[in-house]
Amino acid sequence: MEKFTTLTSHLIPLPYANIDTDMIIPAQYLTTIEKKGLGKYLFQRLKEQNHNFPLNQKIYQGAQIIVANQNFGCGSSREHAVWALLDYGIRVIIAPSFADIFFSNSSKNGLVLVTIPQTLVNQIIKPAQTKKYQLTVNLQSQTLTLQNGQKFRFPFDPFRKECILKGLDDLDYLLSYQKKIAQFKHKR
Amino acid sequence: MYRNIIQKIWENHVVIQKKGHPAIFSIDLQLIHEVTSAQAFKMLEEKRIKVSEPNRVLATIDHSIPTTLNRTKIADSKARQQIAQLRENCKKNHITLFDIKSGDQGIVHVIGPELGLTQPGMTIVCGDSHTSTHGAFGALGFGIGTSEIAHVLATGCLLIYPPKTMKVEFIGIMPNGVYAKDLILALIRKIGIAGANGHIIQYIGPSIHKMSMEARMTICNMSIECGARAGLIEADATTFNYLRGKKYAPKGNKWKQAIKYWKALTTHSKAHFDQKIKLNIESLEPLVTWGINPEQVIQISESIPHLKDIAESKREITKKALKYVNLKEGQKIEGVPIDYAFIGSCTNARIEDLRIVAQILKIKKVHKNVKMYIVPGSEKIHKMAIDEGLNTIFQKAGAQFRLPGCSMCIAMNEDRVPGGKRCVSSTNRNFIGRQGPGSITHLASPATVAASAIEGKITSPVKYV
Repeated sequence: MEKFTTLTSHLIPLPYANIDTDMIIPAQYLTTIEKKGLGKYLFQRLKEQNHNFPLNQKIYQGAQIIVANQNFGCGSSREHAVWALLDYGIRVIIAPSFADIFFSNSSKNGLVLVTIPQTLVNQIIKPAQTKKYQLTVNLQSQTLTLQNGQKFRFPFDPFRKECILKGLDDLDYLLSYQKKIAQFKHKR
Repeated sequence: MYRNIIQKIWENHVVIQKKGHPAIFSIDLQLIHEVTSAQAFKMLEEKRIKVSEPNRVLATIDHSIPTTLNRTKIADSKARQQIAQLRENCKKNHITLFDIKSGDQGIVHVIGPELGLTQPGMTIVCGDSHTSTHGAFGALGFGIGTSEIAHVLATGCLLIYPPKTMKVEFIGIMPNGVYAKDLILALIRKIGIAGANGHIIQYIGPSIHKMSMEARMTICNMSIECGARAGLIEADATTFNYLRGKKYAPKGNKWKQAIKYWKALTTHSKAHFDQKIKLNIESLEPLVTWGINPEQVIQISESIPHLKDIAESKREITKKALKYVNLKEGQKIEGVPIDYAFIGSCTNARIEDLRIVAQILKIKKVHKNVKMYIVPGSEKIHKMAIDEGLNTIFQKAGAQFRLPGCSMCIAMNEDRVPGGKRCVSSTNRNFIGRQGPGSITHLASPATVAASAIEGKITSPVKYV
């Protein structure tokens, strides 16, 4: 996976709780046998329904951070949701909480998920709804810097942090334990 | 320390647990289907790795396959390619594929149990979030993404953190007209779609104990809809009787040994759970979802909530929901006209579900404004339904009885609900556009779907059963 250390970008505000994987990438696009090319269908239904949806607005073009409400990524196990976000150019998602499988899928692809309290999410989303709002996310120091310079520390699992900072693949980690795994399986 | 069943299964499968690292966790069975596996096999090819335990991987075709008589003719070229890719991957890697017309094809979480592949104490994964279904057998079944599919293909293991555990106790006996689907919808209503995030659920209670395996599967299937990656029910005599004699179930001495092992997989009465939920179902009524996620659910006799009564952080998504489904806050849900009725999916497409529908549809007609699809969960169930004469009942009532597949649940094939149309569905998700762009989904039990199909509007099944 691609390494990540720090990113400064304006953000896309999605002030909705429970953004689900069908919203992120509708099932009709899952017939692909590739990982790439899903970015153009990101939030396809929401784009179609509402011409004011942020992905339809010029002001948010080029943004690499999404900020949303709780339980982002709920629903299906489709990793295509993560691929679509990365293919579109998103590298960081900030929310008060994330769904489990989405969380796991993101970590396998270097999509950085930052957990912050709802109150801080509200503080950031409000100005971003009317103008470009910039954030810096530094994974090494686990800090989020707002446009006005305010800094906040966010929690991050140390193992996952090291993997993403170095671009390490879980599969390589597992393969390095093949002997022990074979012994275990043999006993079972 | 007194352990619960989840902890027992967890500990039996940990290969290595280093401090501060996720555990290397052994997987007993991997089920695959055409939608999430292609990229995983490609990852192995790129690294020149072989499938480590092909005998522990089984495949079927379910999501993008049509459910019409001529199933081999797939209109969508990408779906065609995806299915061909699965067949090629299975052949190359010596993986058993339950293909169409094999007699064993069907929705992956329907055929696993049917074939006796799903057994107590096993760890089972699949690239599909409803893998939680297999928990009905006292197994740990959970959905994984494509990268993790590759990890399991290559090493037979996953890297995961130990889960928290939640005990959900249903108190009381199910009233008439209330089914397993209503119980799990009631739980989702109570704790929300994120209520069990980070947890694996164990379901207990007299109503659970009395349930058939199929009803238990309905409950476990929708564990993911309240955020739990997995949910399970302890195996008991009902489980053993179901499994006895199934194609892949142990036989002879191995059966005796298995029973001994399975009987030990229980939760100690003093076992710790990180969270405990109690839900009294004595006066529960049939439920139906009204909105765009499963927690937006009410009893059929109730009204859609008012915005002022919704938590602030959820108000925007509620407004969006009301607009999308074309309903108003405070509106009564009973009597809302429908256009489609669907019986199908890994939640509710087994023979008992079809029997309930047949019981209600017998000598009745589907409303002239309603199109009804009944899609059995597998080729086996399709054949049983015909042997029992259920297909004649369905057809006489004016419903379409089709061939097995995920069908209208996910609309990745030709079975879709057109934009703006309203469907009452025995499925598991009512997300925006789930059954087709612009479609509106109301989740309910098969009995509720059948009653609503007859009346042409959302209807409680109580007077029909």
